[in-house]
Amino acid sequence: MNLVYINSANGLSKAALETVTYAKKLGSDVAVVTNGGADSSVLSTLGTYGASLVLQDSSLDGQDPGQLVKLVAAAAQKIGATTIIFSHDLIGKAVAPRLSVRLKAGLVAGAVALPEANGNIKVNVFSGKAFGYVKVNTATRIISLLPNSIQPETNSTACSVEAFDAQAGSSAIKVLATKKPEGAIPLPEAELVVSAGRGLKGPENWGIVEDLASALGAATACSRPVADIGWRPHHEHVGQTGVAIRPNLYIAAGISGAIQHLAGVNGSKVIVVINTDAEAPFFKAADYGIVGDAFEVLPRFTEAVKKFKAAQH
Amino acid sequence: MNILVCISKAPDTTSKIAFTNGDTQFDENGVQYIVNPYDEWYALVRALELKEAQGGNVTIITVGSAADDAVIRKALAIGADDAVRIDAPATDAYFTAMQIAEYAKGKGFDLILTGKETIDYNGSQVAGMLAEALELPFVSVATKLDVAGSTVKAEREIVGGVQEVEVATPVVISCAKGMAEQRIPNMRGIMAARTKPLTVVAPTALDALTTYASYSMPAAKSSVKLIDPNNLDELVTLLHNEAKVI
Repeated sequence: MNLVYINSANGLSKAALETVTYAKKLGSDVAVVTNGGADSSVLSTLGTYGASLVLQDSSLDGQDPGQLVKLVAAAAQKIGATTIIFSHDLIGKAVAPRLSVRLKAGLVAGAVALPEANGNIKVNVFSGKAFGYVKVNTATRIISLLPNSIQPETNSTACSVEAFDAQAGSSAIKVLATKKPEGAIPLPEAELVVSAGRGLKGPENWGIVEDLASALGAATACSRPVADIGWRPHHEHVGQTGVAIRPNLYIAAGISGAIQHLAGVNGSKVIVVINTDAEAPFFKAADYGIVGDAFEVLPRFTEAVKKFKAAQH
Repeated sequence: MNILVCISKAPDTTSKIAFTNGDTQFDENGVQYIVNPYDEWYALVRALELKEAQGGNVTIITVGSAADDAVIRKALAIGADDAVRIDAPATDAYFTAMQIAEYAKGKGFDLILTGKETIDYNGSQVAGMLAEALELPFVSVATKLDVAGSTVKAEREIVGGVQEVEVATPVVISCAKGMAEQRIPNMRGIMAARTKPLTVVAPTALDALTTYASYSMPAAKSSVKLIDPNNLDELVTLLHNEAKVI
């Protein structure tokens, strides 16, 4: 049986559905283990994606990876899991490595696809400039799946939700404050991203970027210089030393496309580049290019998107 | 306060990435190695700032061969007090983490810092593995770090936001942008680094749990389709009908 850890504290995220889909596609029954107090009627909908069992430890708030590793290890033991799947998100990155040591099971961090015929699993390496194929040398394997690598698929299965006490002890981490921008779409999970760079000339000009993002329902991002000079928050910085993303659509305005920036975004399915300089290196990595001034193109783009959306209704 | 900073070498960010031996090995030909930026800019510099404010010692540790000594000297030039190199190729994250854990055990480090990931293998694995091996709490992807006595206050990234947390030392922390500013070593630092202690330690016998069997390069993009800047309707239509992304 395959085991999936999901964080259900804020309902079922797309990343959670992706991991359950991935586990089901590996070709065995899927159990899910989760913490937090999500309603069992919500958790049982994971059956739609192929889970037949959900183990829920509602006593854990999920803030301490030291507790979560005990939760997942106890669940793995209970069901005899041979493959354990996480999302390669901030929780997966904190818990999966701990679990690897605890179970002495090889970890494939940041898988981007199902295993190859020979069992090796494809991951991004060199910040997205290349792929590696990881062989796990242990009987039990742990895989963390990069968000947006596969799409959730339904595979209706009868699913039961059971209370589970992992006896994970007390939390070593005390949370003092949590800041989540209202309504913002987390960048690594976003399917559509609108990004801008120094070509925007100043933070006061970001309105046209945000307008396009909101018309599309996209997250906003930025290049490294823009984060470094404080025009935009660091968590929006995509690139080799920032966040690596693989959205369906990446729109870059006023970003020249240095190799370090490309590294963070070249997993995107479609790239649109807007730049005044026809020689900007980013055009070589783009699917669609507009040689033009972002200050004129972005508002027109926003209008065109609004018109399209209105026509759809 | 005793701080252990785990550093890794990484290819310079402008390096051309290529593979040899039937795509089973990274081609190091012409590659310049640097200290992994997350390890250097954030973990090491913040460790030095804490030491300068509160006293203590900053030790750097890496797992690698004698060829990596140049990278170690660079970190010493920035200001670390001493260095340890576990004399073995870093075969996988587990091997690396367990070697460091073996060294760190019982040495009384208050803080063990790493970068949030390396820019070559990007696994974000070593810090969490160290925490588990040493049975310590773990604050992952921290963007701020302050220490008062045995109380650590940190800000960490969470899905969709940031969170302030408090934890007691000893603790393992992986460090990200925001924690400190890059420091350029000065001539005095570079001279001093030559004589700072670098201890070479034999590795513990241990098998890697994973192996990179092979590598590949992404398929080349077909050439860009240029759109008239006055006809954004066309772009939207293409994104919908051709690319099928909106």
